[in-house]
Amino acid sequence: MDDIDRNIINRLQGGFPVCERPYQAAAEQLGIDEGELLARLKHLLNNRTLTRFGPMYQIERMGGAFSLAAMRVPEADFERVAGIVNAMPEVAHNYQRQHALNMWFVMATETPDGIATAIEKIEAATGLHVINVPKEREYFVGARFQA
Amino acid sequence: MNSQPVDLIDRAIVEATQGGLPLVPQPYHVIAESIGVSPEVVIRRMQAMEKRGLIRRIGAVPNHYALGYSANGMTVWDVLNDHADTLGARIGALDFVTHCYRRPRRLPDWRYNLFAMVHGHDRAEVEAKAALIAEMLHPYCRAHTILYSTRILKKTGLRI
Repeated sequence: MDDIDRNIINRLQGGFPVCERPYQAAAEQLGIDEGELLARLKHLLNNRTLTRFGPMYQIERMGGAFSLAAMRVPEADFERVAGIVNAMPEVAHNYQRQHALNMWFVMATETPDGIATAIEKIEAATGLHVINVPKEREYFVGARFQA
Repeated sequence: MNSQPVDLIDRAIVEATQGGLPLVPQPYHVIAESIGVSPEVVIRRMQAMEKRGLIRRIGAVPNHYALGYSANGMTVWDVLNDHADTLGARIGALDFVTHCYRRPRRLPDWRYNLFAMVHGHDRAEVEAKAALIAEMLHPYCRAHTILYSTRILKKTGLRI
């Protein structure tokens, strides 16, 4: 990764234009030409410095329901419970975390009722209590990663 | 519910682009062709979705592990209700916070109502950043902790 790559990553985490020749417009801002920007983006995606290049959607606004939930899973039972939770199509992400509540997962369903149903299924299959903490408010997020 | 149904054309555009934009000089033309509308429609619809906030932003999504940000801590804060929104907005605007939400308390199991995801090169950096947040929340925060992830058990990506 050289200075041009770093410049692309640091300055192109937003604001990519929606127009006829967007790479040309963005390249001009970066002081390189369109072909070079395209080649460098391909390279940064291929070597997995970037996970994606494109629009980030606020998927919650497209309809559907989302929630974050947590469980206190006994260590000895952890793999069995992880297997049950991961097998549910409603579970999009699942993380082990260092805390008494040691399993945290994100659910995504078509309807708000779907979240409640998924939680009931998980509680029935695992015998554990699920703590549901859906987001009540999202604050503007300013983060950019510095390369 | 903060939901805003999208029509079939918007939905087709979302599906065609959620994996990324084509890396060709005229990416919106390629998308237009794949879903059977004119490039002008794709451009107009995407500009509108950006304006409505359906598109948060368009650009590079770094793999934060590849950039050396290998520590991520979910910092959680028990903030007085009357101050949660004002302070949440300030914490969300920090350049090292990638997600910031208010969530319900679930007493007695869970007392924290403000969540801020903090990334750093190591845990010391995450803790230094959490200390900055603690200063900003003082004196309206009663307790806080940091939950580090130790294992990704499942990650499918949220797709429509």
